[in-house]
Formats: sequence, C-alpha cells, structure tokens
Amino acid sequence: MTGNDDSPIAELRGATKRFGPVVAARNLNLTIRRGEFLSFLGPSGCGKTTALRMLAGFETPSEGAIFLDGQQVNDLPAHRRPVNMVFQHYALFPHLTVAENISYGLRQRRPKPPKADVAAAVERALETVRLPGFGARRIWEMSGGQQQRVALARAIVNEPKLLLLDEPMAALDKKLRHDMQIELQTLQRQLGITFILVTHDQEEALSMSDRICIMRDGQIVQMGSPRDLYDRPKNRYVADFVGKSNFFDGTVESVAGDSAKMTGPGDVAFVGHAGEGVAPGQAAMASVRPEQISLSRGAGGVPVTVVNRIFLGEHTEYLVRNPDLGQFLILASRQAEAGEGNFEPGDTGYATWRDGAALILNND
Amino acid sequence: MSPRLRTTLLLAPATVWLLAMLVLPLVVVAVFSFGERAAAGGYSAAFSLENFANLGTRWAAFKNTLMLAPAGTVLCLLIAYPLAYFLAVRADPKWRTLLLILVIVPFWTSILIRSYAWIYLLGGQGVPKLVGLLGFGSPRLVNTPFAVLIGIVYGYLPLMVFPIFVSLERLDKRLLEASADLGSPPWRSFLQVTLPLSMPGVATGCMLVFILLMGEFLIPAMLGGGKVFFVGNALVDLFLQSRNWPFGAAVAVALVVIMLVTVTAYMRLTRRWAGGRDDVSLM
Repeated sequence: MTGNDDSPIAELRGATKRFGPVVAARNLNLTIRRGEFLSFLGPSGCGKTTALRMLAGFETPSEGAIFLDGQQVNDLPAHRRPVNMVFQHYALFPHLTVAENISYGLRQRRPKPPKADVAAAVERALETVRLPGFGARRIWEMSGGQQQRVALARAIVNEPKLLLLDEPMAALDKKLRHDMQIELQTLQRQLGITFILVTHDQEEALSMSDRICIMRDGQIVQMGSPRDLYDRPKNRYVADFVGKSNFFDGTVESVAGDSAKMTGPGDVAFVGHAGEGVAPGQAAMASVRPEQISLSRGAGGVPVTVVNRIFLGEHTEYLVRNPDLGQFLILASRQAEAGEGNFEPGDTGYATWRDGAALILNND
Repeated sequence: MSPRLRTTLLLAPATVWLLAMLVLPLVVVAVFSFGERAAAGGYSAAFSLENFANLGTRWAAFKNTLMLAPAGTVLCLLIAYPLAYFLAVRADPKWRTLLLILVIVPFWTSILIRSYAWIYLLGGQGVPKLVGLLGFGSPRLVNTPFAVLIGIVYGYLPLMVFPIFVSLERLDKRLLEASADLGSPPWRSFLQVTLPLSMPGVATGCMLVFILLMGEFLIPAMLGGGKVFFVGNALVDLFLQSRNWPFGAAVAVALVVIMLVTVTAYMRLTRRWAGGRDDVSLM
C-alpha cells in the first residue's frame, strides 16, 4: 500500500521506548512528510537517537506504533524495512572494498539483481557522492571525509524511502562538515528522498532542515521550521538551543492577545510575543536576540559598559554589562558601526531594542 | 650509551637464547641426520643419505600424524567456533569472565592426569560399558584413532577458543546493524560479516593447534596405546629405546620440513583470503 504525495512517508504514534526503568522516548507523535528534510535536535540522551533507531527497526517501541508509508511496521525487522541509515562512525565493512560496501544492500535483494546493473548503480552512486573511480579502494585507504561519502553512497544506492542520518558529520572537521552540509542538502533535493537527521549541533539543524524537532528528556518540545523555532520558541529551552540569545528574569505585567509585557531587573520593560503558559503576575523570562539590540553613544536606553569585543567580520559581537541586567551580548552589523564608530572595552554606551523584539517565555 | 649499543644489549639475551636453544640444536639434529648409528647406539660421524631413504619404514607414524593433526584441528575449530561465538556475542557480560575461566580450568591439572581420566572413561568400565548396558554391544574405544582424536580435541580446545573469542569480541557490533539495515537477515550477516572478520582468530587458532599437534606424543601414547602413534612417538622410540639417533634425527628433520611447507602454504592462503589486510582496525 503506497500512499500518494500528500500522505506521510512515516509516522510515530504515541511511540514510547523503555529500557528497563529508563524511558528513552516518551509518547512521540510525529508525522514525517514525503521528501522533507527533518532534524531531531537535542543534547545527548534526549531520545533523538532512540527515535531514529525505532524508525530503522533496531528498537521496537514499548508502546505506540511506527508507520512507514501507511503501513504499521512495529514488528518488521530492520532488514526488511525500506529504510537506510548512515551510521555515526559510518560502520563501513573493513573487509570489503568501497564498491563492495556500496553494493552490499543491492546484493541482499532476492532475486539477486544482475551483476551489470549492480555495478552500474554503484558507479552512479560514487559519482553522486563525487568519488568516481574509487570503487576498488579499500576502506582504510580512504580519508574520514571520503569514508563519510562512501557511507552515504552505500545508503542512497538502495533508493530508500527514508534516509536516516545519525550524527553523520560528528567526526569531520569544521570546514569539511560545512562542505558536507551543503552537499547533503543539494543531494536531498536532487534525489527527492526523505532525510531524517539526528544532531546535537543547532547550526547544522538550522542550516539544513525543512523542519526541526527539538527534543528533551525523551519528549518532543517543539516542532517547526528553523525560522519558526528561531522567531517563536515555545520556551526558554528552545530559545536557548536555537541560536544565541540573552535571557532576563522578570515578572509578567500584562498579556494582551499574543503579546506580553514583562518588567525586568532595574524596571527595564520588555515587550514582545508571549510564549506558552505566560500569565500576568507570573515569573517569566525575556529572550532578546543579540542582533535585535543596538549599541549607540547617544543617550536613551539601557546604559552599558563594553566588557569585551569579538570581531566576526561582517558583525562585531559586544559583551556588555549593565548594573541591573548583568552581562549580555549585542551583535552590531558593519553598517551600524559605520554610524556609531567602534566601541572599545571600557567604553560606555546605550543599548536599545524596539518593542516586540523580546520574547516573553515561561521559565521551562 | 649510544642507542645502537642499548638496542644490542637489550636484544642480546633473546639472541643468545634463540641461538643456544633453537638454532644450535637444529643444526645438531641436521648434522646427526646424515650420520650413522654407533654400534652401542647414539651417533657416529658419517655422511650418508640412508636415514632419509629409510623414512618409509616409519610411514605409519607420518600417516597418523598427517591425518589426525589436521582432523583434530578441524574438529577443534568446529567445536570451538560456536563456543567462542557464544562467549563473545551471546553470553551475558556479567558471566563472561567466569565462563572464560571455566574454559581454562582443565589446564590447571596436568595433561597426564587428564589423559589417564580419559583412558578410564573410554576403557572397559567407562563409555563402552554404558553403551553395552543400553544394548548396543560394547565398542572398543581406547587405543583407537577415535580415542586419540577425542584426547586431542579435549586437550587443545582452549587454544582454539581464545583467539577466536578475541576476534569475535573485537568485532564492531554496529557492522551487524549496518548489515541488517542494508537488508541482510541475521544468518546472512553472520556469513558475510562476522565470519570473514573473525578469520584472523580462526587462522591463529588453527595454526597454534596444528603446529602443536604435529609434535604431539603424549596423547597418542596414552590413548592410542602404542597402536596409534604419531611422529612424536616414533622420535621417543628412536632416541630413547632403539637409540638410533641418526635415524631419529632424519625423522625429526622430515617433520620440520613438512611443517614448514604446510604452514607456509597455509599462511599464503590465509593472507590471500584476508586480501593483504593483517593490521586493519575496525575504526
């Protein structure tokens, strides 16, 4: 039973996984769209890998159900699922050549596909991951980045319905990781395969995904597009995990519609979008992104002293201090600097942000 | 002290030992093998190939050794592999050490005593009597090649279990997940991943057991009762009983040559299987 383009490619329905007394994943409900690039993001132990392993068939949910293309697959063992995985440390077979590794999946099919077809598919896969002609190499003759591509080729050659990526870039250095991120994204559009990525690297998730599923303690905290999560985090946990932010404690003064006003330390007022569960009179937290704050010499706003300055090229990041608010970050663009000039550590100035720049969140 | 001198000094004990205990005796044996038996037994200098020409008279010992040593090795392998697999893969890690100790416990007793136990077990009051009580006649077991084979497998099993255990324990279990992920059912993953990756252990175990078996004399002497004898028994007989040292030396040289040839061939073969991969880490 194969669904049409609107039906989900995979679904978790109330999926829970217990390992003895430990609940690794709790009541996960998630619909994965055909052809999307979805990331599970969270710190280690948040259940993201368990979710992935349930989709792959390495773990059976203790409760709930897993659906693949409309079919309940709880009891379908891994080797019979139309799903392939790129493992964290690649798990390439050291006794096989690159080509033998890549053709492994095709060679498991029964009836066996013709040898010529397999060889052609392997060569195509090698070209796709930009390793043409490397088929006869041994695994240990390949660099880390090349091994990563082989692992990718070994998975995509089978044209899986889902491609699962378990921290695939964790072992690569920063530059290589960045290149690979771009390549993966291009590849995903080109192949049209649904990609599911598990990562603890928020930058990676933000730059690559169509949607991100943020997890904590085995549960889904928030799910949405990178922009949604960045602009409208549900709580402090999400705001902290996605991008950089400054947090200020305070008490909610009033809530009007989806906007709230909070009074922070030193009676500084924060006005902005209200997150989940924010009510007047309650303790709350204002989150203001560093790029939403501007630093100027003219009076008005919160008086601050520059503590440190980090030049980032396009931007300059200032760490500033206010006696009431404590230390916080300001990200100033080149243009802003052109107007105000450079601030040196020890300089004083005024930090300002417009109403609506803040997010008022509960302390969760 | 120069590094060169230090290296020389460090290597000196081992070199002296090897020269005195291995090379020199080998040379002596080789020289003796061309000599003649002195009238009162022992060696008298000569140069003759007669001892080698007479090797055929000891054909039975060579035949027994060349049949039972490989057979014993294969039998050890067939029994040891599943055991090692169980210990390395299936057994609860909590119990693993205890189970491993149980495998070596027999070594704490002398092989002599253990062989006596087998004589009793396989003798008239042991297994044959039991079989007789069940009404299947009473087969003669002791002093047969079968008894020697049992003794061999019993005595050498741990030497086969350990190298295989080590290679299986080192096997990255994620490779099996990768294999399953790529559509391979468990039994095929075993054949395509586990088995080839445990070949280094199998090769080491086979080599250890085979080489030691080629020189074995105690087990055939006890359980073969002089009817099933190995080259080792022929050597004991020639050197100690008939005191024909030159002929004994020729037999010993022939055994060394046979071992060199088989072990070299075996190493070539396993290296080809491994595809030149002797020192691959599993990442």
